Amino acid sequence: MHTFTVYVEDRPGVLNRVASLFRRRGFNIHSLAVGHSETPGVSRMTVVVQTDPGGAQRIKAHLYKLINVVRVEDITEVPSIVRDLALIKVSADAQSRPAILQLAEVFGARVVDVAPASLVIEMAGSEAKIDGLLDVLRPHGVLEMVRTGRVAMARGVGSRSNGAGPAAGPADAEADVSYSV
Amino acid sequence: MKLTGAQILWESLVREGVTDVFGYPGGAILPAYDAMLDYPIRHVLVRHEQGATHMADGYARASGRVGVAIATSGPGATNMVTGIATAMLDSSPIVCITGQVGSRLIGSDAFQEIDITGITLPITKHNYLVTRADDVARAVREAFVIAKSGRPGPVLIDITKDAQQSSCEFDWDAAAPVVPGWRRVPDATAAAFEEAAALINAAERPVIFVGHGVMISGAMEPIQTLADRAHIPVAMTLLGIGGFPASHPLNIGMMGMHGEAWVNLAIQEADLLIACGMRFDDRVTGNLRTYAPNAKKIHIEIDPSEINKNVAVDVPLVGDLHDVLPRLLPLVAASDRAAWLRRIHDLKGDSAVRDIQSLPDEGHLYAAHVINDLWRATRETETIVVTDVGQHQMWEAQYYHHDVPRSLITSGGLGTMGFAVPAAIGAKRARPEADVWAVVGDGGFQMTMCELATAVQDSIDIKVAIINNGYLGMVRQWQEFFYERRYAATPLSGPDFVKLAEAFGIRGIAVSTRGDVLPAVAAARSHAGPVVIDFRVEQEDTVYPMVPAGADLHAMIRRPNPIVETGADV
Repeated sequence: MHTFTVYVEDRPGVLNRVASLFRRRGFNIHSLAVGHSETPGVSRMTVVVQTDPGGAQRIKAHLYKLINVVRVEDITEVPSIVRDLALIKVSADAQSRPAILQLAEVFGARVVDVAPASLVIEMAGSEAKIDGLLDVLRPHGVLEMVRTGRVAMARGVGSRSNGAGPAAGPADAEADVSYSV
Repeated sequence: MKLTGAQILWESLVREGVTDVFGYPGGAILPAYDAMLDYPIRHVLVRHEQGATHMADGYARASGRVGVAIATSGPGATNMVTGIATAMLDSSPIVCITGQVGSRLIGSDAFQEIDITGITLPITKHNYLVTRADDVARAVREAFVIAKSGRPGPVLIDITKDAQQSSCEFDWDAAAPVVPGWRRVPDATAAAFEEAAALINAAERPVIFVGHGVMISGAMEPIQTLADRAHIPVAMTLLGIGGFPASHPLNIGMMGMHGEAWVNLAIQEADLLIACGMRFDDRVTGNLRTYAPNAKKIHIEIDPSEINKNVAVDVPLVGDLHDVLPRLLPLVAASDRAAWLRRIHDLKGDSAVRDIQSLPDEGHLYAAHVINDLWRATRETETIVVTDVGQHQMWEAQYYHHDVPRSLITSGGLGTMGFAVPAAIGAKRARPEADVWAVVGDGGFQMTMCELATAVQDSIDIKVAIINNGYLGMVRQWQEFFYERRYAATPLSGPDFVKLAEAFGIRGIAVSTRGDVLPAVAAARSHAGPVVIDFRVEQEDTVYPMVPAGADLHAMIRRPNPIVETGADV
């Protein structure tokens, strides 16, 4: 699995261009999360793709060929904070509720909705940890679930979307990939 | 200065240096057509929008300038798709302008509304949907930058009818391109250059590959210097033909599926490949697992996504050949490589015996003879040959010897039948001083022959050589080799091409013996205006050698030796 953070211009159709590239080149997107970045006009995507290092290199080069892509980083090997957010609706009656609440507490998850026959649990964490919570909740009956997919950020200093703006020079270029329009 | 979006479109195109456009009007592009009359633009009215894109493509490849095609919304736009994809696969800089329904109607399935930016997303370098007059100038400026720069390609601008009709302040300078994703290609490191030079200097059996990028970059001279200094033989891809003079002693010819046998064998024996502006296409490599097994690879290429795509490369030098080669040259040592050149010379020996040129004609007219005679007749004059796709295309590559760049224009990557006639019209528009020959099969000709009317109406003097064998020849050849000669849907009848030409109001000549080839070519050349020559060639002729798709590059099907004179050349 390779995790990319991709900074793109916040314009209509850009998500389609990025997604279409993965489809067109035969790469399967494992997860894709999009939102605003710290820079106005620039969105940030976290894309997780099943591929080998050579494929990752080509994905990066292909992404850079998209005109609206400002910056791409493969943070697979970079020390990073990686999070997934899940909302899980579990079947819960008066009898099973205490056990489920206890499980949620053990996993550091929050209960955000309580109804007579169900609970909604919110959990942010690594994908593995959320999978672990799911495993123990499943016997109680998972009624519904939604996950954001992975979002990630490299540790340490520095904003990385500063490539935005007209004709960013080669100064911020990385050694391993070069770019062309 | 207040202008309508339509006026801004032409104002911007003229400022980008556009003088010729190829197009077809319709409802959603009418405001632009109306405004066009007030600008110094020569418009060629095509007969089908596919023709407009091929003409823009031919124009671009003949001249190196950006070609422009224009069409209306809906079917006008979708008819452009094949031509846009052709330009994309062959890195040809064209800008396509399409009309779109009014911005309020977008998404409503209005009459002639189609999502052309969505449709062309994977076959353009970039595209724009412009819904406001204020955005027209910037879209045009950016489109030209994108189409021309780096690895060139097609850009489409879809402009809504209301954006053409409404007015706004026109400010050229304020519309300067803003492309945050743009970055200069960083220079390859000095260490990489030294590594590459060390490989070259140590190589005993190197081959230089010349691809389309050599012409796009204009790097013919440094390539020649490199070859001359180090005595490295040069092989070409189909689109690289013309990037290195055919008459140069180090030019060994075309590589790949229908490349010369000795070239493919030399590649398999080579210890170093220096690939310049090419992409190791499957038609060039054959089976990748057995491809050039002894060779290190240096890949000089402007598009980083091509590096290690098909073939693992030892030293990539990413950048424009025109910049990269002069940095590499001082590090390359002179060498005579006599043993290697002698070895290649020996490999040529048996191929000469098997050559179709050694076939006595005995009344048969072979396509290869036609093409070779066409070359003899036109070699002294500035001539551009535009081919279609199929057997004649390969014979052209083998038997017409191109000494200068941009003298062969052909659809390589997409392999688009119907390309030749419209692309020839575009090429002639770009370089009126050159003779332009469309060499086309009877199949491809019938796909876009309507454009002969375009040539007549706009007085565009192209000569058309139909290599007429009554078959979809290349497909028939595959059926002969791989489908037990079961000729499913390949026998092809056509109209009387001479009468057809006359019906278009142009000269038609029929040729069925070799002796008539040169006189017909001479007659066509001295005739002012378009001419169609119907060369009625041997029906079941075969292109040799052939590397079957996916087979090892050295496992070629060769012309049988000695040649059996059966009429059907098998």
